Amino acid sequence: MVDWNWSLLMAKRDLRKTGGRLILFISAIVTGIAALVAVTSFGDNLSNDIDEQAKELLGADLSLRKNQPIEFPEIETQADRRALEVNFASMVYFPKVGESRLTQVRALEGDFPFYGSFETLPVSGETEFRKGAKRALVEKTLMAQFGAVVGDSIKVGNVTLEIVGALQKVPGQNGITATVAPAVYIPNDQLEASGLVQYGSRVNYIHYFQFPEEFDLEALIAEKKDQWDEDKVRHETVQSQKEDTGRSFENLSNFLVLVAFIAVLLGCVGVGSAINVFVKEKLPSVAVLRCLGVRSKEIVAVYLVQIVIMGLFGSLLGAAAGAFLQFLLPMVFSDFLPVEVSVQISWRAVIMGTFTGVLISVLFALIPLLKIRKVSPMMTLRPDDPSAGLGKDPLRWMVLGAIVLFILGFSFYLLEEWDQTFWFTGFVIFAFGSLWLLALGIMKAIRKFLPISLNYPARQALSNLYRPNNQTVSLLATIGLGTAMIGTLFFIQNQLLDEVRFADKEDQPNMLFFDIQSDQVDSMKTVLAEDGLPILQHVPIVTMGLAEVNGLTRNDNEELEDEEQRSNSMYRREFRVTYRDTLIATEELTAGSLIPFEAEGDSIFVSMEEGYAERNRVELGDEVVFNVQGRPLTTYVGSFRKVNFRKVSTNFLVVFPDKVLDNAPKFHVLITRTKNDQESADIQNKMVRQFPNVSVVNLSMIVETLEDILGKISFVIQFMALFSILTGVLVLISSLLISKFQRIRENILLRTIGAGRRVLLKINALEYLFLGSLAAGGGILLSVLAAFLLSRYVFEISFRMEWGPLLIVFVLITLLTVILGWINSLSILKAKTMDILRS
Amino acid sequence: MFLLGKDKYFYLKSMNVLKVDNLTKTYRSGNRELTVLDQVNFEVAIGDTLSIVGPSGSGKTTLLGLCAGLDVASSGSVMLDGSALEKMTEDQRAAVRNQLVGFIFQNFQLLQTLTALENVMVPLELKKRKDAKDKAMELLEKVGLADRLTHYPNQLSGGEQQRVSIARAFANEPKILFADEPTGNLDTETGEMVENLIFQLNEEEGTTLILVTHDLELAARTHQSIHIKGGKLQEAING
Ligand SMILES: Nc1ncnc2c1ncn2[C@@H]1O[C@H](COP(=O)(O)OP(=O)(O)O)[C@@H](O)[C@H]1O
Ligand SMILES: [Mg+2]
Repeated sequence: MVDWNWSLLMAKRDLRKTGGRLILFISAIVTGIAALVAVTSFGDNLSNDIDEQAKELLGADLSLRKNQPIEFPEIETQADRRALEVNFASMVYFPKVGESRLTQVRALEGDFPFYGSFETLPVSGETEFRKGAKRALVEKTLMAQFGAVVGDSIKVGNVTLEIVGALQKVPGQNGITATVAPAVYIPNDQLEASGLVQYGSRVNYIHYFQFPEEFDLEALIAEKKDQWDEDKVRHETVQSQKEDTGRSFENLSNFLVLVAFIAVLLGCVGVGSAINVFVKEKLPSVAVLRCLGVRSKEIVAVYLVQIVIMGLFGSLLGAAAGAFLQFLLPMVFSDFLPVEVSVQISWRAVIMGTFTGVLISVLFALIPLLKIRKVSPMMTLRPDDPSAGLGKDPLRWMVLGAIVLFILGFSFYLLEEWDQTFWFTGFVIFAFGSLWLLALGIMKAIRKFLPISLNYPARQALSNLYRPNNQTVSLLATIGLGTAMIGTLFFIQNQLLDEVRFADKEDQPNMLFFDIQSDQVDSMKTVLAEDGLPILQHVPIVTMGLAEVNGLTRNDNEELEDEEQRSNSMYRREFRVTYRDTLIATEELTAGSLIPFEAEGDSIFVSMEEGYAERNRVELGDEVVFNVQGRPLTTYVGSFRKVNFRKVSTNFLVVFPDKVLDNAPKFHVLITRTKNDQESADIQNKMVRQFPNVSVVNLSMIVETLEDILGKISFVIQFMALFSILTGVLVLISSLLISKFQRIRENILLRTIGAGRRVLLKINALEYLFLGSLAAGGGILLSVLAAFLLSRYVFEISFRMEWGPLLIVFVLITLLTVILGWINSLSILKAKTMDILRS
Repeated sequence: MFLLGKDKYFYLKSMNVLKVDNLTKTYRSGNRELTVLDQVNFEVAIGDTLSIVGPSGSGKTTLLGLCAGLDVASSGSVMLDGSALEKMTEDQRAAVRNQLVGFIFQNFQLLQTLTALENVMVPLELKKRKDAKDKAMELLEKVGLADRLTHYPNQLSGGEQQRVSIARAFANEPKILFADEPTGNLDTETGEMVENLIFQLNEEEGTTLILVTHDLELAARTHQSIHIKGGKLQEAING
């Protein structure tokens, strides 16, 4: 039994004197908690806002989508309002600059959106557009790219329209989708004239409906659902939109919470090592109390109470900072958000953050704190006897276990899946453990191999690293992990971009024309030849549906037991297939062989993409019946191919042998290689003017888009990594302040034995240089490993060492450490010899 | 000895408050064994005063620590107020220290975060005495520090700190008081004043006093003196 009254009384007395110091020790968790609270609060607001703005997200009560023209006369009669959007990818041409780009053209009929509105600049843009005729609204990023202004014209297929507004915001779109597929709205009655919808074009027909207030939408859906499924019509309602969007953003915000949680853990490592210093300072008092007959658990209680109080204080401080910080987040994440996010303090976030902060900081503090259970009262009589001091306590394993359990629990709460939870926890333990070991190893090595020949300041600086209260190990761990996060990020970003740019280096294709009609192929080839461009590939494409797999139709499949069923999407999918008897460079045969089709009556053997076949449990020899424009075509799976989807090429899930599809309706893709950007631009413009329905993708556009997206993602990740770095800085500052007295004493000692101010400054600077470079170096080592694993197993790209960005990170982190240390050492040097004597 | 429970109650009706039997302490550092105390025997009667003298490093502090239950012997036994310390758990020894023992240290060992008054109150509060504050004030008055109650240790001189520590040592009305070179860190004049205070309070309270010193003059003031050298007890000198 612990005498809590007494322990509380003692804690209260102790806090008067040591409270200030303790808050310094605990301060390392403040940034982590701030991040945690801010991000959680932001997530809560986001999910509320998605719920509240779900109608604006969809813009209607019901949307029905199909990739072919379809009408819903019955539903139209029940609806108050209806609208139709026909969308497809197409080139648009900006005559003023003479350039074109692939965009998403949306031909609109009716007053969509019924909820919310298009935000345009000027505001009158929307009303202008609604007047119809040859007017268009264009995504603002697209206009910026081509320097277009309102009043300019734009050519979509065969029609030229006037830009009447720049689209600022479109329902359901965010910064990322706008980058990938910038939208151009045109009136639906201009669609025909544009001549863009032809065979093979990937066109979506979306019908939007608004119903009267009292209308029972659910009943309608229940009634029609099966029919829609049959007709390959997808439906979306406000409710489903809310759920889908909510789910994907819950993932985003859970991810952010995990990143913030890492910052909290980093802070806790700092807390743990600071409490270690605190415990060392408290040893004499502990020994005295033991002499006076206080039991060790009561002494632990005295300090535990103080740590809980200060942990609560630190966590509340962090929570308050987080509540302010979240005002920034909607700006940081604006490119990802489909809705306006409000800024409100989420009390759930504050309470959860504070609770987490107190619990985890106390757990981490317990590890050093437990050591005082082993303090011998003999220390009062023989203060310098090391054996009377700190010993390791077996209970610390229990505490470590509790910490691991907490991490597991916390991550499971967010991830909701055990394997991910174990991965995350394993990653955290691995990262912390390896940095910890690295730090210990470095310290040992310095101690052992400190070269005598080194000049004095460097020797002194190195030996300062294992000054007892220096917290070198925890500094290496915290700064190192922050560095590792940023390093990994840069690394991966560069690897991904390089992988794409790489295509430009060798004799790889870099330009792709698609949506080519059969009667255009020859004239396009001529144009390419005139310009001296090679035709690297000519790929015919036939679209088809899937009717049966091993004799099972879609309905048969649905009647099977759940675990025997194949995914319905296989039956719903529109397959775009090509035919040839050879593999192309981006393919590799993994099973079976390509079997040519010799004569009428032969069996037809197709080749399937390995991953797709695996996902849908299709095996070699399976019978697959395709539906080619209404005609059934029985085939057998003859081989599997592995396809590298990252190259600029056409890739197919299914490849037919030559000759079988000669007479089926088809469209074409041509692939070429240009020598430079100018040549690319020239041929692109020429083609678009001559063949308006043909779309062009070129490598530099892909690189640009990818750079843009990665830039946006990495901005967010950098923002989160900042918290880890900030935590490292806090740990650094607190360790500097904690060891300040000791440093002053050392410096004065050195000064009395004749070391000049310049030598002292040099020693200090060198100490931080070592500290910073070791931490940054360790972190970078870790990031190389992480980047290697990520590129190998997640992104499946080849790994190349890349020194440039790593060097930048290394220099910046080291510099930051040196500067902070330098500022601190200036104030230390100001201390007078007398100060130390007096204290 | 109610604290130890009935089963462990084996009070020997005896005049001796402290009885040391064949006490031996060895330290192991690496694979070397160092015998710091070797078969030490002596006893102290209630109310008696004893000094332990000997050169530096001879094992005086070790002996004191063992007698006070701060440490455990390698072999032999210490009977403190009738109970064998080596048979107790650490928590039980802590209870003994709280109930029976007072300490005065060479370097004062006050709790730095507590005021003079609070330092003296700690043993009383541990005993759950309601009058802790009054009693502590009374003691501080006795040692001449009535005007220093709210001072922190670092605001007091060495002599003043040692006087606070004396007041603290007597606060729980110990049966036996241990002092390890109580004047070792003080100048002669202050040291003398502290000495006088210890002996005066000891007399008033009827406490048994065990005093470690290498000051023979101080040793002469105690009723009994034992001399150790190299961990071995020399013949007793009666003063
Ligand atoms: N923990 C220890 N480990 C090894 N030797 C020790 C330890 N504590 C004390 N000693 C040794 O025991 C001897 C006696 O010490 P001590 O009792 O403090 O002497 P005194 O108080 O008489 O000066 C000394 O030689 C000392 O070095
Ligand atoms: Mg001694």
